[in-house]
Amino acid sequence: MTTTAARDIPRHSPNRTRLHRVLGANPLGIAFSAPYLVFVAIVFAIPFVSSIWMSFHDFFFSAPGADVDHAFVGLANYQAVLTDPAVWQAFGNVGVFLLINVPLTVVLALLLAFQLNRVVHARTFLRVSFYVPYVTASVAVVAVWLFLFGGDGLVNQLLGPIAPEPSWLVNPVLAMPTIALFVTWKQLGFYILLYLAALQNVPKELYESAATDGAGRLRQFLSVTIPSVRPATLLVVLLSTVTGANLFTEPYLLTAGGGPNGASASPVLLVYQKGIEQGTPDVAAAIGLILVVLVLIIALLQRKFVGGENS
Amino acid sequence: MTTTVGSPVHRTNGLTRFQTVLRGVVLALGAVAFLFPFYYMIIGSLQAEPDSSLAGAFPNPANLTGENYVEINERIDLLRGLVNSGVFTAGVILCTVVFGVLVGYALAVLQWRGRGVTFALALLVQVVPFQLLMIPLYVLIARDYGLSDSYLGMILPFAINSAAVIIFRQYFLQLPRDIFEAARIDGAGELRLLWNVALPLVRPALLTVVLITFIGPWNEFLWPFLITKDAALQPLAVSLANYISNVAATASNPFGATLAGAFVLAVPAVTLFIVFQRYFTSTDLGSGVKG
Repeated sequence: MTTTAARDIPRHSPNRTRLHRVLGANPLGIAFSAPYLVFVAIVFAIPFVSSIWMSFHDFFFSAPGADVDHAFVGLANYQAVLTDPAVWQAFGNVGVFLLINVPLTVVLALLLAFQLNRVVHARTFLRVSFYVPYVTASVAVVAVWLFLFGGDGLVNQLLGPIAPEPSWLVNPVLAMPTIALFVTWKQLGFYILLYLAALQNVPKELYESAATDGAGRLRQFLSVTIPSVRPATLLVVLLSTVTGANLFTEPYLLTAGGGPNGASASPVLLVYQKGIEQGTPDVAAAIGLILVVLVLIIALLQRKFVGGENS
Repeated sequence: MTTTVGSPVHRTNGLTRFQTVLRGVVLALGAVAFLFPFYYMIIGSLQAEPDSSLAGAFPNPANLTGENYVEINERIDLLRGLVNSGVFTAGVILCTVVFGVLVGYALAVLQWRGRGVTFALALLVQVVPFQLLMIPLYVLIARDYGLSDSYLGMILPFAINSAAVIIFRQYFLQLPRDIFEAARIDGAGELRLLWNVALPLVRPALLTVVLITFIGPWNEFLWPFLITKDAALQPLAVSLANYISNVAATASNPFGATLAGAFVLAVPAVTLFIVFQRYFTSTDLGSGVKG
């Protein structure tokens, strides 16, 4: 923030100087930022405060303009959330999702980015083909996965006798891992680009001096590459955790609303079901807040353990 | 793209040939895993009878048809859906760029009271996920403002993009101070300075931001799904999702029709990112992320 040094202000009149003292050298900055700040208030600050307020009140949808009293109910909404087995199941599901998705994303993205960084031919083709799923609508690629992983889909045809029964997306044990696999595949291209950026900044001298010390390729990868891209790894871990915690479209479409029997329901799916479908936005707001607090705690832990000493 | 090729030290390592082959195999497997579903989408959308056997993965002239595209177009108006997606996406991109450039410029170049707070706010806003705000936003926009089933209601929550603000600030910071000083001495106003001097210099960055922003609204499902009940206003992602979850069961070839719709939804985004691929590289993202 200290990049632009304060400049000498042309002193036209005492009035102008006072204005500058209150508003800064370029008061126009305030005008330039005003639309943004107004939008932050409308689509961020108000809903954020309102979300917290809702979770402590008896809130229900009412006709626009109707003056209804929303009673303060203390922790009743939170109690309703915490005594609901479906909520516990959904949080457990997203835990399973993250345990599969985050490590798989880190390992595959780093592996592919590392190889891609050293390739000379077909570089652009490979890079583009890796991020094509990332830029495509989830709704569109979900359609293909439904076809591929259906009961008599191509995947089961290939597997033949070892195909799971019941099939992937209707199997209570496999539904969530299949969704985790789908999301890993879909998002990987973006994380590969992040790792590529980090890999291109690793000084070549580090590899050369490691090689001079007799380190083999694997040794170099472990003691030069991995530590050098640590900030990128932290970013990938944080972003994939936040994306995963906000899972909605995939369970809604791939497993027809979190099936079978809620085995792939996610907290955000519950927020939608309870908030919009069942008309209890107060309970939904409480689920949302619990989710955000949990993600924040996980993110802080990740920062501590993945980020290393200088994060 | 700056290419980093293995240094001479690596080549003398002995294992080079084996490793080159291994690298090729890993990358080729990756490319197949990423591209096959798209190939399968096209094949599936052209099959008269859904064929999920191994042979079905190859084009079979006896089983080819364009009928699925007609079928899906009868159930959901594809052109209408594309236009809705386009309006939604264009609105979000326009707002993101206009507001983002203005704030980014103010944060990077201008001195004003509240600058530090605004910058902190732009960082903070990104931490809170949309899903937490979803229910209150729905109450606010659909019920209080009465904006359900309108483009404005779809666009509003995405009109500002704090990540874009940070990226623009970063790009404006990289411009040399002197050019601003020179233009100011020549008597140029800040708005002219921004429009005639600063913006032309960050044009490639502008394209990168437009590309990254495009992905969001074009592929967004949850919010437009909540806010639009009127099929005539739904973006294609929403109407296709509704088709998958409600209507597909009653269609004669549900997979073919769904995949035809998926193909139509995927083509604009994929084409855009192939044509403008050089504006979407690790270097662009790296400088944005580091901001």
